[in-house]
Amino acid sequence: MIPLSYYLLLSGILFVCGVLGFLIKRNIITIFMSIELMLNGVNLSFVAFAAHWHALSGQVFVFFVMVVAAAEAAVGLAIIIAVYRTRETLNVDQVNLLKL
Amino acid sequence: MTPNPYLWLVPILPLAGAAINGFFGRRSSKKAITAVALAFCGAAFCLALLIASEFSSASAPYYFNLAHWLRSGSFQVDFSFYLDQLSLVMLLVVTGVGFLIHIYSVGYMWDDDGYYRFMSYMNLFMFFMLTLVLAKDYLVMFIGWEGVGLSSYLLIGYWFTKDSAAAAGKKAFIVNRIGDCGFLIALFLMIKHFHSLDFTKVFEQVNAWPTETAGAGLLTAIGLLLMVGAAGKSAQIPLYVWLPDAMEGPTPVSALIHAATMVTAGVYMVARSSAIFERAPMAMVVVAIIGTLTALFAATIGIAQTDIKKVLAYSTISQLGYMFMACGVGAFSAGIFHLMTHAFFKGLLFLAAGSVIHGIGGEQDMRKMGGLRQYMPWTFLTMTIATFAIAGFPPFAGFFSKDEILWKAYSSEYGSWVFWLIGVITAFITSFYMFRLWFLTFFGDYRGTAAQGDAHGHDDHSHGHGHGGPHESPWVMLGPLVVLAFLSLIGGWIGIGGRFEHFLAPVFQSGSAAELAHETAGEAAGTGTETLLMLISVSAAFLGLFLAWTLYFRRPQLPARIAASLGGLYQAVAHKYYIDELYNVLFVKPLIDGSTEILWHGVDQNVIDATVDNSASAAREVSDTVRHMQSGNLRSYAGWVAAGGAVVIAYMIWMGVWVR
Amino acid sequence: MLHFILFLFFGAICVAGAVNLLVQSHPINSALSLIAVMASLAAEYLLLGAEFVAAVQVIVYAGAIMVLFVITIMLLNAGKEERSKGSRVAILLGVPGVLIGGVLVAWTLLYRSNMQAPVPIGALKGDPADIARLLFHNFLLPFEVTSVLILIAIMGAVVLAIRPEAVARGARKDG
Repeated sequence: MIPLSYYLLLSGILFVCGVLGFLIKRNIITIFMSIELMLNGVNLSFVAFAAHWHALSGQVFVFFVMVVAAAEAAVGLAIIIAVYRTRETLNVDQVNLLKL
Repeated sequence: MTPNPYLWLVPILPLAGAAINGFFGRRSSKKAITAVALAFCGAAFCLALLIASEFSSASAPYYFNLAHWLRSGSFQVDFSFYLDQLSLVMLLVVTGVGFLIHIYSVGYMWDDDGYYRFMSYMNLFMFFMLTLVLAKDYLVMFIGWEGVGLSSYLLIGYWFTKDSAAAAGKKAFIVNRIGDCGFLIALFLMIKHFHSLDFTKVFEQVNAWPTETAGAGLLTAIGLLLMVGAAGKSAQIPLYVWLPDAMEGPTPVSALIHAATMVTAGVYMVARSSAIFERAPMAMVVVAIIGTLTALFAATIGIAQTDIKKVLAYSTISQLGYMFMACGVGAFSAGIFHLMTHAFFKGLLFLAAGSVIHGIGGEQDMRKMGGLRQYMPWTFLTMTIATFAIAGFPPFAGFFSKDEILWKAYSSEYGSWVFWLIGVITAFITSFYMFRLWFLTFFGDYRGTAAQGDAHGHDDHSHGHGHGGPHESPWVMLGPLVVLAFLSLIGGWIGIGGRFEHFLAPVFQSGSAAELAHETAGEAAGTGTETLLMLISVSAAFLGLFLAWTLYFRRPQLPARIAASLGGLYQAVAHKYYIDELYNVLFVKPLIDGSTEILWHGVDQNVIDATVDNSASAAREVSDTVRHMQSGNLRSYAGWVAAGGAVVIAYMIWMGVWVR
Repeated sequence: MLHFILFLFFGAICVAGAVNLLVQSHPINSALSLIAVMASLAAEYLLLGAEFVAAVQVIVYAGAIMVLFVITIMLLNAGKEERSKGSRVAILLGVPGVLIGGVLVAWTLLYRSNMQAPVPIGALKGDPADIARLLFHNFLLPFEVTSVLILIAIMGAVVLAIRPEAVARGARKDG
């Protein structure tokens, strides 16, 4: 019998790691991966709550989150490719002119 | 109190004329403008004659209520008009003399570019003046009061491109305003204690008030404050300084506003408030003293002036002093009588002076005139009649009214022989300087240049005739002169036998019972005294004529020698006792300096402008600082988001914890 | 007991993978550790009884999205991260901020709420049938909308990533 809070703690740790990755890493792709990590953490907390409150909608919502994450990953990576073509770099600090 | 439905038309007709000329005059022909102006003014005059013909003392006073105006609790003011004997006299004087001067100005101002503007302003003035004299309420009178001040400003500064004219207009208005302050405070006191400004209601309550013989009290305060207002409007000491400067305006303006009608508004107001004054002896004494002193003071200045219009201006101030002296000694009807005759002969004097000026191409300096009687016979004749009238020679109009005042100054219960003596001395001086003017202008050799008839470019009147040499004025200007001369001749006869006084008696009721008793007593004691005093004043007039004849006709080199030997005294008188300079140092300059330093630099620039400027630069500084947040760097954005998110989470947890 | 051990085991793998993602300098290593995280998360879902979600997690997340990431890394020839001037704000403000936020949440969860209720193993059995019932009855509209969303994403990705000369070549070929 695991207390709900443990699941939520795990979810929080994953989320914090995701944010830290976003702040610390310099490679755009790695930053994207940190975003995916954040979304995963959130998914875990959804499922945990669904189990706690016996509401299946929590798991259905995870489904939607995944769909959105997939769409976002596709579009985001396409953007990265476009940015790479013009900037020749994947370093996010050098992509700071707010226009291509 | 019987209603009279024509009363409201009398002021409105000139207003309509002013509006039509004002809005449409610019594009109309001069004939059309003239027709409109004269038609409406003349209609007002005819209506006044009609009202006068239907006037009967038995059904007086008449009134007419035009519209509601203010309602505030128990205090109410309506646009209502009032006609009693006093208003009737004023009405006839204002419309009659006003109409004549309108006709005169047609000729005088014909060549001016702003002709329509002039006619519009003149009609506007008539409207306000008629509102003033026909008002049933102090507040409606105040509308007229302010309005005539406005018209005076507009007309004095009529040639507004001239700096001196614009400044004179400003001076007139501002000095008037100082007087109006006093008037307003008097009105406030009336509202506070009598809860009304309507004449009938106020005087009803005043009549129930005890006489304030102690010299202090509400009625004394009101009376003194009303006198302040009258001093401003009617150019008495200390607020007379605007009237000489007002001569910058065209001569018909000087005639109408600054001789016949506007400046008499103060006298009318004091006469109207006779009930208040009679119960405040101290205020009456002050009025008399101010009037007497002003009469003497202005007369002394008049003897050294060289500009023909300035002489007449100081003469006006002096004669107004006589009127106030009359009111101050309780002889209100004598004051009004003199007001009426003064309107005739002073109006005539100004118009004739205008004719002279017009005839010699704009020159106003008497030292450059002379011998004009052969060039301008009609002007000479009418001006002679006016001069004899103002000097107080019988049987001209001025003699009767001035003599009445001097007698009352001596014999009235508020009067004293001091007033009478100063009055006689002033009469002597008046006669002297008026005949000085007469001799200098019309006798001797012509001292002006022959080319003066051409485009002289004089500031009053850029008026190129091309005639060369002085000439008579056209009949449109001479006609009113003749009419006024006729009135100056016979105008005084209405006062013979006390008929005028008896006519006005119901207006000055409360005092006149005592007056009449005193007068019969006085008469019984001194018909002899009255005749003696009359002889003394007539001989004073002859003395003045003789002195002027000696100095300016027989021995014309004598005045210069006398002036040189008097030295500083003469200089002081010629420079109007430096009063304008004194006011400038005492009041004007500190005000302007204070206003510049404190209000302009201090408040406007350093506070108001600085607030606006500084708030703008503060906004710029703030945005300069905040600008650095938008660096384009993705990670810094993320950093801010994370920090902000942490703050929000902390806040929510804290709220949750606290609530629980 | 077994439940707890399993939970800890897979939890540890998650955390280790997450930390490894932060620590590694080459993106491909980060990608691989992320895959490990997702796999162990799938196991966690199974522990909670959400079998359908676990399966979808492996198929979609680990199997499709991460593959996409790896392909992109390969395509762009991403190398080790270079040193570059970072953002001071991010390090000074953001990191403490997120850490503090995390600590606060953790503290709240552990000590201040009713979140101590135990969750048994396989607590809520997420049958595909049940989930499907929910998905196609209550959540039909969002479901359809997400399909449109995916369509748009595909089109967007193509438009963004296509080479200009590829467009020109396509135009020339047709015209």
